[in-house]
Amino acid sequence: MTNTALSLPQIRKLIQRQNVFDQFVVLALLAAALSSVIVTAGILYILISESVSFFSQVPLGEFFNLVDPKWTPLFDDKNFAIITLISSTLVTTGVSVAIGIPMGTIIAIYLSEFATEQVREWVKPILELLAGVPSVVFGYFALQTVTPFMQRIVLGVQMFFAPGRDEFDYYQLPGFNMLSAGIVMGISIIPLISSISEDAMRAVPKQMREGSFAVGATRLQTSFNVVLPAAISGIIASYILGISRSLGQTMIVAVAAGTQPIYTWNPLDGAATISTFIVEVAKGDIEHGSLEYNTIFVAGLALVAMTLAMNLLGHYLSKRVREVY
Amino acid sequence: MQGEELDLSAIVKDVQMRKSISVRKFWDTLFSFVALGFLILGLFVLLLLVFQLFVDGREKLASLGFYFSFPAPSAEEAGILSAWVGSIFVIMVTVLFSIPIGVAAGIYLEEYAKTSSSQFVRFLTDFIEINITNLAGVPSIVYGLLGLEIFKETLKLGNSVLTAGMTLGILVLPVIVVTTREALKSVPSALKEGSIAIGASKWQTIWDLILPASIGSILTGVIVSVSRAIGETAPLITVGALTFIAFLPPLPFSPRLEVNVDTGEAFQVGNYGPFDWLFSGYTVMPIQMFDWVGRPSPDFRVNAAAAGVVLVLMTLALNSAAIFLRIYFRKRIKW
Repeated sequence: MTNTALSLPQIRKLIQRQNVFDQFVVLALLAAALSSVIVTAGILYILISESVSFFSQVPLGEFFNLVDPKWTPLFDDKNFAIITLISSTLVTTGVSVAIGIPMGTIIAIYLSEFATEQVREWVKPILELLAGVPSVVFGYFALQTVTPFMQRIVLGVQMFFAPGRDEFDYYQLPGFNMLSAGIVMGISIIPLISSISEDAMRAVPKQMREGSFAVGATRLQTSFNVVLPAAISGIIASYILGISRSLGQTMIVAVAAGTQPIYTWNPLDGAATISTFIVEVAKGDIEHGSLEYNTIFVAGLALVAMTLAMNLLGHYLSKRVREVY
Repeated sequence: MQGEELDLSAIVKDVQMRKSISVRKFWDTLFSFVALGFLILGLFVLLLLVFQLFVDGREKLASLGFYFSFPAPSAEEAGILSAWVGSIFVIMVTVLFSIPIGVAAGIYLEEYAKTSSSQFVRFLTDFIEINITNLAGVPSIVYGLLGLEIFKETLKLGNSVLTAGMTLGILVLPVIVVTTREALKSVPSALKEGSIAIGASKWQTIWDLILPASIGSILTGVIVSVSRAIGETAPLITVGALTFIAFLPPLPFSPRLEVNVDTGEAFQVGNYGPFDWLFSGYTVMPIQMFDWVGRPSPDFRVNAAAAGVVLVLMTLALNSAAIFLRIYFRKRIKW
């Protein structure tokens, strides 16, 4: 054993050295924390700077053309009406939301208010696994399983309401369509919506539920009249995240919703969304700095603007409808 | 007379109330069945998806050659060797890039910024926090545009493992920061106070006590983000990964071979450097699958399904590992 007793100056020196080291560490950690700001700034910078050079070649009126919208940046006869891509992005997102939000919310209410602890312990990991399935696999599923199924349904509905015709006289759902892609997108956002909504509902204090039960409300009445309003800001946040995910979803639509930029609001059609367009252009060789190169950034800017608008709307809504307890 | 009337209305009320209760109970039960139905439907979709992939790709999955051959123009010969090897290389870069930055940012936000007395630091922290929340909502393809412009074109890293790994690294950074913060939050403050009380500096406390105590939860977050990065396709297509790759990134110090044009013989021209693999071309599992799905020939669908099975198994394995790890560490916690 050595004598470990230190003199006072030695201890002071030790502390001082440690303090200097600590300060360096803080700086390093701060730099790491600032990296997220740098990433955001980088994203905004590249999108805006490439878009500026896009708009120096394409007039704004052409970009926002609503009268005769066409999107053909890779053809000789170039047209740049962004509404062509926005319409299909909104249609697929609309289908996705129509499936994902009701199912996600109901599953969340069930898990939070109805299910036993045991059921929850089993179901939550399974939902997490569903959330972990890569989107390209969902795309395959949409194209190979859901589309044939929907084709049969569309045919069956027509045969039911207008029977007696030859099978090929009926409308045939195309192999690439936004409906199937949207349905699968909706399924893929269920875990996201249900898990965030459930967390929000579980955070509602128990006393509020007990008060409701005490005056004779059932679990369902308590869920909808007490828990849901109290947890609304968290639930809206989950919807916003689900919608943003659907807007930016790429692989499902690129595989199953078609790759032609067509201006349509009909979910039975196939059309390229904003992200499909970016993928289609990036698949080929594009020259850095060319107009084609600029278009994918301007499309990306439109996408970011849409998700940003969603976020702002969600922020506003959750402030308006929030119940303070 | 009067008493009887009163009784009658009481009975009517009683019946009405009973009816109302049974109606409400009926809705209650109906709702729980519908919700359970939705849950089972979700589970069914997951099973159907995996089952369909298995059935479609069973021929390929059964043949060993599929796992150990390069992509080829004919569907029968094409395999996933360069794809799964490429996935491993790219994920390695992603992890090495994002863990140090993400964990450090999490530590700063959770342990330093919250207790700072400076007004400026408070403001900065709020700003960073909002920023990270917003980054989590940015579509993944936009990260691809960032990687394309910054890593590929400006830094001239080309279509390399390094470009892909760093692009995915930036993509998963917010997830790692958020899970690190959650992990640090769960460490009881008594542990920190005890350490500070016996004279440890703040960093010593973090390094020697807080990090070891929260490493399990941090690891879980890292695994979840790796499983996300492994299946991520869109950003890599955007940085230009969709090309025909029939070679593997060179291992450090492996012999560099060149082929003599006249005789067709291969001869060694020195060795690869330790970092040459970073600048090599690559392909990854989801891109290989996307490429095959998009082919018009139905033969390639078999390959796509088989690749899908491998990809799903990879992510399922990682996610299950994360779930088990979380349960294991939750049980092991001693405070």
